[in-house]
Amino acid sequence: MPTGPSDLGDDLLLASRIAGPGLRQNELSVPTIHCGGCVQRIERLLGGLPEVERARVNLSTKRVAVTWRGDVPPPLISTLTEAGFAAHIHDFAVEEKDGVLRELVRALAVAGFASGNIMMLSVAVWSGADPASRDTFHWLSAAIALPSLAYCGRIFFRSAWQALRHGRTNMDVPISIGVLLAFGLSFYDTLHHGAHAYFDAAISLLFFLLVGRTLDHLMRERARTAVKGLARLAARGATVLRADGSQRYVPVADIRPGMTILLGSGDRVPVDARVLAGQSELDVSLASGESLPQPAGVGDRLQAGTLNLTGALTLQATAAAQDSFLAEMTRLMETAEAGRSAYRRIADRAARLYAPVVHLTALLTFGGWLLVTDDLHLAVTVAIAVLIITCPCALGLAVPMVHVAAARRLFKGGIMVKDGGALERLAEVDHVVFDKTGTLTKGVPGLADPDAVAPDLLAIAAAMASCSRHPYSQAIVAAAWARGLPLTAPEELREHPGTGLEARIDGRLWRLGRSDWALSEPSLRDGVMLSENGRLLGRFCFEEELRPQAREAVAALEAMGISSEILSGDHEGAVRRLALPLGLPYRADVSPVAKVDAISSLARAGRKVLMVGDGLNDGPALAAAHVSMAPASAADVGRSAADLVFLHDTLGAVPEAIDIARKARDLVRQNLILAIGYNALAVPIAILGQVTPLVAAIAMSLSSIVVVGNALRLGRGRSQRAASKGDKLGTMQPAAGMAR
Amino acid sequence: MTDFFYLIPIALALGAAGLAAFLWSLRNGQYDDLDGAAERILFDDDKPLKDDPPRQKK
Repeated sequence: MPTGPSDLGDDLLLASRIAGPGLRQNELSVPTIHCGGCVQRIERLLGGLPEVERARVNLSTKRVAVTWRGDVPPPLISTLTEAGFAAHIHDFAVEEKDGVLRELVRALAVAGFASGNIMMLSVAVWSGADPASRDTFHWLSAAIALPSLAYCGRIFFRSAWQALRHGRTNMDVPISIGVLLAFGLSFYDTLHHGAHAYFDAAISLLFFLLVGRTLDHLMRERARTAVKGLARLAARGATVLRADGSQRYVPVADIRPGMTILLGSGDRVPVDARVLAGQSELDVSLASGESLPQPAGVGDRLQAGTLNLTGALTLQATAAAQDSFLAEMTRLMETAEAGRSAYRRIADRAARLYAPVVHLTALLTFGGWLLVTDDLHLAVTVAIAVLIITCPCALGLAVPMVHVAAARRLFKGGIMVKDGGALERLAEVDHVVFDKTGTLTKGVPGLADPDAVAPDLLAIAAAMASCSRHPYSQAIVAAAWARGLPLTAPEELREHPGTGLEARIDGRLWRLGRSDWALSEPSLRDGVMLSENGRLLGRFCFEEELRPQAREAVAALEAMGISSEILSGDHEGAVRRLALPLGLPYRADVSPVAKVDAISSLARAGRKVLMVGDGLNDGPALAAAHVSMAPASAADVGRSAADLVFLHDTLGAVPEAIDIARKARDLVRQNLILAIGYNALAVPIAILGQVTPLVAAIAMSLSSIVVVGNALRLGRGRSQRAASKGDKLGTMQPAAGMAR
Repeated sequence: MTDFFYLIPIALALGAAGLAAFLWSLRNGQYDDLDGAAERILFDDDKPLKDDPPRQKK
């Protein structure tokens, strides 16, 4: 291969798209770009590669678009990694132009233009224009309002029509009825030289509602792009050995059972397979939750999604991608999701109560005025004034504005929310189920007592281990890095998969590995031994490292009145060691199906369960839970199934998210009360026939401003702390990337 | 009294020009990277990027 496995050259080619004659384009996601300096440096580095035609960084999305010439991708990822920027390939396939956002922003611009100009004309009318000019202004307003209503209103009309056709009602139904009737009445009055026209009310209502809707969409989109930008953990393709002896890199979807696959160390198993030749160890933590690497030899069956650590393997595919373990998890997730009780968002529930009440009030007003005055036009005017004044402008902003403010605050803390409904569900949570490996723990073991080993021995061990992908080796290297020990690569280093590492330094044979292999007189102690010519020199013990703040997070949850437990696919002993100090009840050896069952039975008992998990085996449980969270390091399916994804290492994200969700719920309630209180004040005035277009415009703007102001209270406070946390992450990640 | 027969079309035309400019900038991708644009104004790249030797690590 022209490029090393770390550069993913074949994957780059698979993920690229044609950008012109002889040109290909790739998008890379580089999460650690955080300032203009990084932008300049990356563009210079990549632009300096001979094949690269153009490199352009997008700082907002933290992505680099690279256009290159030829058929062999330039070493983009290794160049970035050497400079301290961890980068990964971003798929074009998942990247579609966001048509909805464009439509919303265009409609917003048009509505802003129209409402501004109509308001200008209306103010002239309100200040007492003479009847002739008033008519002219009304006609002009109508001419501006009609096309903008058709253009901006269709978003609401479409959704209202969808709801009505299915016999449901949503917030868009009263909005559409109100806006259309207001326009119709005003047009009729303009034809008959009436004094009042509500064109400004109809269009500015659309403008305010579009603001809320656009912000809501932006929030979800930002979370979606941030999650999409994370490293893809499933294999994109695999090197297949063909019958004529040639090798070819093919996409995972094209792998058929019976094909022979060459799997290098550091690659993920693409489909379920059987080992034909070779020996290695596999990191199965994402697939099954077991924290210790599993040895693999000839004849062993491997699950798709596990990571090959130490040796190269030759595999025979036993299932196509769509029948593999991963696909089975996806199917389980779908059934689990279908079994989850449907959640109705607060706004929809409010709309269900709101619309009939409003329409009934308008109808009664119409009947009452018709009875009392016997004037049909007056009765219609007053009834429509009621509809306009009750149009859920504040209500339409009340919920999305709070969710946007909450999502913004969570975003600063490195937590992505996929939609507003997730926030509402998160606020109801009263029980948290944690996965162990990768969720409560960091997913990689750490050196248990690094000070127990003499620094010079640690340096030698780390030098030997620096070339290995085994998690124990990486833990030793990380410990040496942390103490600033210099590492000199030894000559003649060999890795024996399943047993350990062997090096020759100054003619002496050093071994780092299992005791029965490294020592001439094996002892029964566990851990990894460092030996010189068979003599024991040092012993390394490993433990699973808790995520930072795991203890504090569990305590904080308890203080909030939320109980927690652990459901793990790992073995009893490993789970107990971790659960006891945390004081959590636990269940070990839980299969993916059993996890779903446990969560469904909790749900049947009336508990609102938050599932926090990262593995493939957690995917169905994440989909089944009332609401779910996953760390950024989670498997791809877990990340896409989870409602929230947290990017920082600390587990403090869980109580923080629940806390903000609860605050958001309180604010939503306050906002709904404010909106209803405003209606309680305004509706009697409207029923009495005292609402002129001027009163309607003032009432509508005031109520919207109050609601938005109240929602923005959530955005304040504690942002300082979140900002410093973000900085720390920014400086930590490149270092971690280099240690790998 | 007849002044506004000139003024209103002018006002509307100005507003429409603003709207058209916004829609054009949206289509032209001016809002794709707001954070990056804020930083790029500080770069002083007078030479084309390709002739620059890659800068060494800090």
